Amino acid sequence: MKTPKITIDRIKKYLAEGKRFDGRKPEEFRDLEIEFGVSKKAEGSARVKLGNTEVIVGIKMGVSEPYPDSPNKGNLMVTAELLPLSSPRIEAGPPRFPAIELGRVIDRGLRESHFIDFEKLCIEPGKKVWTLFVDIYTINDDGNLLDAGGIGAVAALMNAKIPKYDEENSRVLHDEHSEENVPLTKERPISITGYKVGDKILFDPTREEEDAGETKVTVGISHGIISSMQKGNETDLDTEMFGEMIDMAEKVWQDLVTKIEKFIK
Amino acid sequence: MADKEERKIVIPGETIVSGDEYLPGEGTEKNGQDIIALKYGLAEEQNKLIKLIPLSGKFSPRRGNVVIGKVEELTFNGWVIDIGTPERAFLSLMEVPRFVNKDALEEVMAVGDIAVLKIWSINKRGIDLSLKARGLGKIGEGLIVEVNPNKVPRIIGKEGSMIKLIKDETGCNITVGQNGLVWIKGEKVEDELLAKKAILFIEENSFVSGLTEEVTQWFGKNNGKGNTAEDKE
Repeated sequence: MKTPKITIDRIKKYLAEGKRFDGRKPEEFRDLEIEFGVSKKAEGSARVKLGNTEVIVGIKMGVSEPYPDSPNKGNLMVTAELLPLSSPRIEAGPPRFPAIELGRVIDRGLRESHFIDFEKLCIEPGKKVWTLFVDIYTINDDGNLLDAGGIGAVAALMNAKIPKYDEENSRVLHDEHSEENVPLTKERPISITGYKVGDKILFDPTREEEDAGETKVTVGISHGIISSMQKGNETDLDTEMFGEMIDMAEKVWQDLVTKIEKFIK
Repeated sequence: MADKEERKIVIPGETIVSGDEYLPGEGTEKNGQDIIALKYGLAEEQNKLIKLIPLSGKFSPRRGNVVIGKVEELTFNGWVIDIGTPERAFLSLMEVPRFVNKDALEEVMAVGDIAVLKIWSINKRGIDLSLKARGLGKIGEGLIVEVNPNKVPRIIGKEGSMIKLIKDETGCNITVGQNGLVWIKGEKVEDELLAKKAILFIEENSFVSGLTEEVTQWFGKNNGKGNTAEDKE
């Protein structure tokens, strides 16, 4: 069931005092946990836990034709699937708005940060390039799938090994992974989503808090600068608050980077 | 099943016991000589009557149940209310104990409002709800907690002992709907959050015997420190 209005009123009332139900500060993230290589068959995979929210991201690679406007660049496809097991409010069936939004926002975060060196994913210009399929599966939805999925996508890409390619028969040998990593830059992009709840801003909401959120802005940060941005939900956001949100996101970014670094050896 | 006190875990379709002398009770069905489980849960026998206590699953409504629901839709003569059942639950205008302007139903309850209601009849068309009893009506403010409907008896406790304990410890007013929705209202948000935590603790530990004592201890550990401090540990 969707969070009832009276609970939302309580969240807003409590947040006006600068407090949250679980005792966190408005800009504080929940405990983060990253596990690499959860799937043996995929080219790369990662499981990310953010409090009770849990996502698994898998990378598959295939060889296909490049797009006409970028003949010497590889392709990237990000899709998200909200599994019914992750929340009682998700139904099986074709992807609906939240799933599409999740895939698109994370796609933009990865693409605009130039995290992946697409030119190195080219096998034969104009004919054959690698396509990266990034698939996001939600295991448990307790809010903030956007950030958990974004961290998961980056982690899975770092874990990925390019499979061997049989040039003669033009077949990808999925069972044999080479030692070659996906060409990535050193700087890892992180997307952070700020939510406007009442007249306050908070980060990393739980399911209830996300329901209370009127507007959200996802900011993709890479190399310490903002590389992508996406506003969600229908409600408006004034300039002052928008500025405040960006400032806070930059602060949160610092903390989150140190949290993520712990899991990367 | 020879021993009276014994409880057996059964899955749907499993034969609990076989024999003409047994009678099927709640959550079971008779097929020839066999008593078959319809739900996943604990089966027990009392005077040849086989009963099944479900461990999971949806709320199955019964006449007289007090439930908490959310207004889904307004019609010309009442409200469609979501109480977590597969069947449609309806509150008719006639079942509201006050004058209602037929052109302005939303003055009484609008879409999204939460109310405490009573099931007064279940028929082919669905479930009929009523507001004609003490303690029923729209909820103004407070906290709504969702729990597994099958754990509601544990939250209430024997003759309401558990719920009384939570009320005394937190000073909150608590209404438990049989459909697994709990309404908590206290003076401070902190009190409400403590009550919410206690309820979730009971839900998680519902299989423990001597739960009331366990909860008393839990309150000893969690009370007084305040919610924020306890989370930081």
